[in-house]
Amino acid sequence: MSSALRVLGLWLLAMAAGAAVVWNSHFSADMSFFLPSKPSAEQKVLVGQLKDGTVSRLLMVAIEGGDAVARAKVSRALRSQLASQPGFVSVQNGEAEGLGAERDFLVRYRYQLSPAVTPERFTVEGLRAAVGDAIDTLASPVGMLFKPYLTRDPTGELLAVLDQLNPGDQPETRAGVWASRDGERAMLLLQTRALGSDTDGQEAAIAQVKDTFVRVAGEAGVSGLTLSLSGPGQFAVKSRATIKAEVSRLFLLSSLGIVVVLLAVYRSGRLLALSLLPVASGALAGVVVVSLVHGTVFGITVGFGSALIGEAVDYAIYFFVQSGRQGLKSWREVFWPTIRLGVLTSALGFGALLFSGFPGLAQLGLYALSGVVTAALVTRFVLPTLAGGHARVPVPGRFVNGLFTVLGQAHRLRLPVALLALAACVFLFVERDGLWDSNLSALSTVNEVDAANDGRLRSDLGAPDARYMVTVTAPDQESALQAAERAGERLDRLVADGRIGGYDSPARFLPSVQRQTARLASLPSASELQTRVSQALSDSPLSAGKLGGFIEDVEAARRGGVLQRKNLDGTDLALAVDSLLSQGPDGWNAMLPLRPSSEARDGELPVEQVRAALAGSGAVFVDMKSEFDTLYQGYLSEAVSLSLAGLVAIVGLLAFSLRSARRLARVLLTLVLTVAIVIAGLHLIGERLHLLHLVGMLLIVAVGSNYALFFDRAAGGEPLDAEILLSMAVAALTTTIGFGALALSSVPVLNAVGVTVGPGALLAILLSAVLVYPARAR
Amino acid sequence: MIKRWFFGVALLGLTGLAHAAYDVQQLMADLAQNKGGRVRFVEKRFVALLDKPLLASGEMSYTPPDRLEKHTLLPKPETMVLDGDRLILERDKRRMTINLASRPEALAFIDSIRSTLSGNRRSLEQNYALQLSGDSRQWVLVLVPSEQGIAALLQRITVSGTQSQVRKIEYLQTDGDRSELTIEPIEAQ
Repeated sequence: MSSALRVLGLWLLAMAAGAAVVWNSHFSADMSFFLPSKPSAEQKVLVGQLKDGTVSRLLMVAIEGGDAVARAKVSRALRSQLASQPGFVSVQNGEAEGLGAERDFLVRYRYQLSPAVTPERFTVEGLRAAVGDAIDTLASPVGMLFKPYLTRDPTGELLAVLDQLNPGDQPETRAGVWASRDGERAMLLLQTRALGSDTDGQEAAIAQVKDTFVRVAGEAGVSGLTLSLSGPGQFAVKSRATIKAEVSRLFLLSSLGIVVVLLAVYRSGRLLALSLLPVASGALAGVVVVSLVHGTVFGITVGFGSALIGEAVDYAIYFFVQSGRQGLKSWREVFWPTIRLGVLTSALGFGALLFSGFPGLAQLGLYALSGVVTAALVTRFVLPTLAGGHARVPVPGRFVNGLFTVLGQAHRLRLPVALLALAACVFLFVERDGLWDSNLSALSTVNEVDAANDGRLRSDLGAPDARYMVTVTAPDQESALQAAERAGERLDRLVADGRIGGYDSPARFLPSVQRQTARLASLPSASELQTRVSQALSDSPLSAGKLGGFIEDVEAARRGGVLQRKNLDGTDLALAVDSLLSQGPDGWNAMLPLRPSSEARDGELPVEQVRAALAGSGAVFVDMKSEFDTLYQGYLSEAVSLSLAGLVAIVGLLAFSLRSARRLARVLLTLVLTVAIVIAGLHLIGERLHLLHLVGMLLIVAVGSNYALFFDRAAGGEPLDAEILLSMAVAALTTTIGFGALALSSVPVLNAVGVTVGPGALLAILLSAVLVYPARAR
Repeated sequence: MIKRWFFGVALLGLTGLAHAAYDVQQLMADLAQNKGGRVRFVEKRFVALLDKPLLASGEMSYTPPDRLEKHTLLPKPETMVLDGDRLILERDKRRMTINLASRPEALAFIDSIRSTLSGNRRSLEQNYALQLSGDSRQWVLVLVPSEQGIAALLQRITVSGTQSQVRKIEYLQTDGDRSELTIEPIEAQ
């Protein structure tokens, strides 16, 4: 008894330590589950954008219902309330007065910012041409807007600055604020201060938007308006909530199912509690190991625990049912090796995932591997001690006898099973091109309704989807800006040729010191400028005498020196620069998002031409969509090789322990046919296969081999008794419940494993009975 | 005799009434008859800042009900197309599209000419008070902005013409600058 106490004490100690680790673990439900752990240069851009990029901080808001005036009123109130909150860096709804600070800034720093400022422009000839152009502009429809600036800016530098800011598509406007295309909704575009990867911050910002909306709508006395909201932050918050809710729901479901099965078999609360001991230990150990190795535990990983319960409870079942009659010692000698082999095959299956560059998959693998091994070890070393000699499972009666009768006849089904398997294989072969979903979004927790809503808001607002990016990295801010300017010059040629519609650059609003200095050096002194202006405008309709303000402003610019980042404070341009220019671990990084030309089909860019134009400049061109596709293809092909490696390892292990080519072939055939029938069935019901289904197939082999092995022992001449059969039936049932619960999940990663392994485990035992169990075993 | 005299007066009165009744309604109906087409224009802008007026000329074409193109040829080629709510400007190989629904005052300003050409009284009266003088052979329509956004930019627009043909449009801005657009139809070929 004292040894039992010691074991119990040790176990409790280990559990307590594990609980302490879990308590301090960091859980996350963000995109990083899917993002590569060792990204390439292009993927770094992708990861950075998804986690912290400007686009990841955009929230799109629509106000529906009521009439345009009521919507505009609430939109204005919402903007003024939110703009004063620290949680938002920018709140835009199309109100015109929002732009005063920017216009003043652009006017003030026009000589530092205008790309047209060169020494030639301020020669007599250059001034004559520039002023002539400005006067022509005055006669054009935009002339009215430009007229107030003419005497201070007769060379039109403000226009040259504004010319770069191609606004692209503007949203519609109703009653003075942005509206959707059909005019039926008022639209706002917010940028949160919280990073896209800060799900708590995003959740707080979203809650603030919703609360403020309810409040301002109430204050405005407007009813019947509803708010809808979308953006990467909203997706992150929602998917975290989904995963949270599902983790507990899945645990509850699978535990409940398993408890019912175990109670029915054991008819003993004590045995039930003891059986759950290895499972609980395994689940805890899984989280602990993942937390210690990865630092962060993904919510989805914990959700996978439900499947682990179904798998790990098997060992305890084998132990209690099989050791009941034969005694502990005999169990250890006779059955433990078989169970150990089963544990090892499962461990190999999960272990193969450890080497995945897809961090989510690597975590799932590590979690399940440590969970299964811990559960097996606890079963082997802790459970016997704790159970003492009192573990007696009621002798199986009619039910098992019935099973035996069925099992004895099972071989008669070999032909139908062979036909079914053949049909499945032919079906899969015929359909082989349509089996796979080649899109990473297949794994995303975002549902179709939300995705459609997001697309609608995005097109209403003309919000950037930031698909194409050029990025440059340099050791300091100045060289990053210079690199951005050099890349910009190459892009300018593409814009001029109409290959791309335009691009943004941090150097637009914050040119490099080098460039600003060169521009300011082009400006002549006041007296020199006065002389040149008089000459240039001798027979112009604009007399030189009216340009005193111009001379003053040029002189002020010369003396004012270069524009610094801090001069942008208080304008929305600061935000624009900060979002495009950032300091990372590798130095300063500048982003230049590209816009497709208006004629481009589906908003696509001529990728090859852009790459060619940038070749040798050190700038990296990234197409987010193709990066995503490449990323997923990489994961998929990696998962294929890992699964094959896992399969080879399992086959090796089986070959080593079975030591018979015939027996090995029979076990393997059973498993392969199981997988084929499951996949054919999934395809038949319209399931598109992705990465996680593939992983599921590996797990069918890993889990299913356990059952095949027991039947194989019978085929090898060792009689299969009632206890073994009962334990196998119960184990298969609990595994099916555990994985099957995942099939109810709306998280695609979990769902795919569930729909594959749940039916697969059940089918594996059935097919083993038919194909492996000998025709005359009794 | 009295009866005849009375009848004559009545007749005179009626014709007099008929004459005075060349009202906005009729003008609009006449203008709406215009099936569009191409015209030559000369535009003169008088800007206080400048010592000389600015001259521009080119062609305009109007396709009912809502497409107006203005191709300036001199002094510098420039194209302005107003199509529905969209204003497309092309200049120096640059192309700019402005959605006028976003800027109701700009739309009303630019739309004044289109609404006049199409005889769209309702659209005009949304933003302007209309005053008509003259008769169908020689009429003058004055548009005084009633909408604040436009009144901030513009004192009035004076449109004159003969029958269904607009001949001249004058814009008088609030700062005293003005422009005159003279229109000469190009005979259909």
